[in-house]
Amino acid sequence: MSRVAAGARVLALVAATVVLAASPACVQSDARRPGSATMSPQTRAMQRDDAQNPAMLWVADGEALWSRAAGPAGRACADCHGDARASMRGVAARHPAYDEASRRPVDLGQRIAACRQRHQQAGPLAPESHERLALEAYVALQSRGMAVAPPADPRLDAHRERGRALFHQRIGQLDLACAQCHDANAGKRLGGSTIPEAHPTGYPIYRLEWQSAGSLQRRLRGCMGGVRAEVPPYDAPDLVDLALHLASRAAGMIVDAPGVRP
Amino acid sequence: MAGAPAFAQPSVVPVTVVGDAIPASLTGVPGDAARGRAIVTSRRSGLCLLCHAGPFPEERFQGTLGPDLRGVGARLSAAQLRLRVVDGRRLNPATTMPAYHRVDGLARVGNAWRGKPLLDAQAVEDVVALLATLTD
Repeated sequence: MSRVAAGARVLALVAATVVLAASPACVQSDARRPGSATMSPQTRAMQRDDAQNPAMLWVADGEALWSRAAGPAGRACADCHGDARASMRGVAARHPAYDEASRRPVDLGQRIAACRQRHQQAGPLAPESHERLALEAYVALQSRGMAVAPPADPRLDAHRERGRALFHQRIGQLDLACAQCHDANAGKRLGGSTIPEAHPTGYPIYRLEWQSAGSLQRRLRGCMGGVRAEVPPYDAPDLVDLALHLASRAAGMIVDAPGVRP
Repeated sequence: MAGAPAFAQPSVVPVTVVGDAIPASLTGVPGDAARGRAIVTSRRSGLCLLCHAGPFPEERFQGTLGPDLRGVGARLSAAQLRLRVVDGRRLNPATTMPAYHRVDGLARVGNAWRGKPLLDAQAVEDVVALLATLTD
């Protein structure tokens, strides 16, 4: 493409952006709501107040683990990363992200588990283990208040697209796609629960139904089991690809981790 | 194949759709509205109230995704209800409502459920019988 043509395209894009910004369509896209928006005032208050938010117990454990040496290397997270409040700022907001070693996208929990094995030579941090959730919650807290910022890494594109396709694929004996509830019917009631818009801004969350903290992967697997579909094992590519798509839907929304859900 | 029954019972009864309805009973045995009520209100078998509300005052937590079942027996005939329960996608491919008596055209069905319809033929008749009584 010639430089003039490229310049014209940029100009056209800028013009289109200005028009979009002024149009009601853009106002509508800003009407995206986090899962907390549909919760009862009590549950919302529980999330808002760190002294009441049960997920802060995981955060406290994560903070302790951050400085504790692990594995034969005798190294702690803090030995390389220093103060998480500075070094981990924004990290959760940009996950899932591409992992050079496995040549795949990984979510935050997987990243922490991989770091622990590669650099601390410590034993694996199993999915949904207390330690993995605790470190994930502590790291996620450092992105609180920041905008969800999925990386514009072209190596993620195919995975993101696969996640988008999965989100729209009808699955299971109940023959339901994620999109049918979380796009088309968000805000309506499924039994006693208000269906959220599937913007994962608060993971890991403390879920009252679980009486535990849990990851987005756990949430996704729960939905898949609910529609009587095959449930992929933890850390399966399907779950991470879906998380990538969800992060792009939530791009620009504010991280409010660790969340509380009913 | 070793171990497979020689004459496996098909899990789904073939149906004949006429217009927007299935006029013929799937079993020839009249449906039982009381059993249908138990299925409709069950959170394990029928799952109906996850999405629909209806005249079941003892049931808390009724859904709002689908239309309210009040008066459905006045709005639709038993034959029309039967098609909507068996496979509403034949009327509206984009419907959220699962096909309750169909096993083909489904993706990634979990092991425990594969090859099994949501409701067997007599259960469909029981649900249709119950729905037909909801005329108010």
